[in-house]
Amino acid sequence: MSAFANSLASAAVVVTVGAVVVLWRHRLRSIVAALSVQGVALAATAALLGIHEHDRGLLAVAGLVLLVKAAVVPGLLARVVAANPGARESDPLVNVPASLVVAGLLTLGAFVAARPIVALVGGPTGRLVPLGLATVLIGFFAMVARRRAMSQVVGLLLVDNGIALVAFLVTSGVPVIVEFGSTLDVLFGVVVLRVLLARLSAAGFSDLDQLRSLHD
Amino acid sequence: MNLASLLVGAVQLALVVLGGPLLLGLMRVVRSRLEGRVGPPVSQPWRDIAKLARKQRTRPSESSWIFAVAPLVLVATAATVAVLAPLVTLAPPLASSTDFIAVIFVLLVGSVALALAALDTATAFGGMGASRALTIGALVEPALLVAVLALSMPLHSTNLIAIVANGSRHASTLLGPSHLLALCSFIVVILAESGRLPVDNPSTHLELTMIYEALILEYSGPDLAAVTLGESMRLAIWLGLFVNLVAPVGIAATAHPLALVVGLVALTLKVVVVGIVVAIFEVTTAKLRLFRLPELLAGGFILAVLGVVTGAVMR
Repeated sequence: MSAFANSLASAAVVVTVGAVVVLWRHRLRSIVAALSVQGVALAATAALLGIHEHDRGLLAVAGLVLLVKAAVVPGLLARVVAANPGARESDPLVNVPASLVVAGLLTLGAFVAARPIVALVGGPTGRLVPLGLATVLIGFFAMVARRRAMSQVVGLLLVDNGIALVAFLVTSGVPVIVEFGSTLDVLFGVVVLRVLLARLSAAGFSDLDQLRSLHD
Repeated sequence: MNLASLLVGAVQLALVVLGGPLLLGLMRVVRSRLEGRVGPPVSQPWRDIAKLARKQRTRPSESSWIFAVAPLVLVATAATVAVLAPLVTLAPPLASSTDFIAVIFVLLVGSVALALAALDTATAFGGMGASRALTIGALVEPALLVAVLALSMPLHSTNLIAIVANGSRHASTLLGPSHLLALCSFIVVILAESGRLPVDNPSTHLELTMIYEALILEYSGPDLAAVTLGESMRLAIWLGLFVNLVAPVGIAATAHPLALVVGLVALTLKVVVVGIVVAIFEVTTAKLRLFRLPELLAGGFILAVLGVVTGAVMR
């Protein structure tokens, strides 16, 4: 096993483990920290691919990912959490052991479902695609199974990170302009969601199930 | 099986028997120092065992032979694994048939024997402790088996000696993500199986919070000495297996005396370091509520599953 394949696999695994940690931990602060670590691992994946393929553009993408997904986006969310530091995902719709088992099943499902993609792309990058797909599925599950608005936003970002990981692995390098566009979209989305979250918690809501009607 | 490998087995057994209680003593000393106490000397568990062995034996009047046999089963299973596992050397007796799963289940026989003995006493605390211990055991087992599966994937073999030998020959296996995830899961399993924090507080005096201590509440005299010795041997074996799976540095590839000495020193140093780390971790962490334990153990399980998936992906 080459050092490149090993380190690329480790970075991709950290992305998936980050998604699992989001389901595992109750404290919103830990969940946001896991998202930040996931951003670092995603940037490391891009950087490793960039070094391996001698692609300067991909290194620039890695820098962009590091800035936005490891620092800015978790930073914005952390400021919302800081307003209520002890906040917990205390009573998720699916309890933690069950959701971890579901995460395991989703990972196995991703492994089976990604077989054609793995066969198509091949090589040390293509075979890691199931890990990205598993991150996407776990993100969807987090959005469905969690009550807190913050956890659901983090679930959305897990989906985005998973898609980004699959994109890096399948195409061996996204053009800078494409990655720039999608990252900017995510950033704007998070800024809007952050404002919404702040308004929600100012109004005394953080559990979305309590919202029954729309007011002006 | 030849004479040399038998001798090697005897060396490993002696190390585990002598070193186990000292490891326990060391971890207690580290803990008390960090808590600002002087603490008992490192040899205190041995002194306790010697004192208890001289005392009178009392047994609950309702208890049967199970209660009497359990401490012996505990020590015997731990001793069997101490002889056969790759601790000091890769050439212990019966090396070709030392199956990882078999080794684990021989160790678990000891836990089950203690739980049965606790039920046998027919006391409330014994039953409560047995129920808790077996609940945890049932939750630990899937994580443990899947972690073993992940560790055995590169070789297509669950032979424990082969797995450790492969790690010592090819260092890249040790850094592979599948191996690392399986070992993370293994840490959770070890903390649960050896009754350390955050699963169980080994120094608690409050019966309602006890898990492992509640099992042995009725033991006294030589029986308690055997239980203490057996438990400390198991702790030493778990940590010894763990360090050799993480970093099989210095492990003796043959039964050559010089290599054995190197292996002995290397194993002792590694286990002492890991023991100190565990003790420091125990000071900084609180015991988890019993109903939160499934979350921790499910976390260990999912790490092992990810290890298996990664191993399958990387093939």
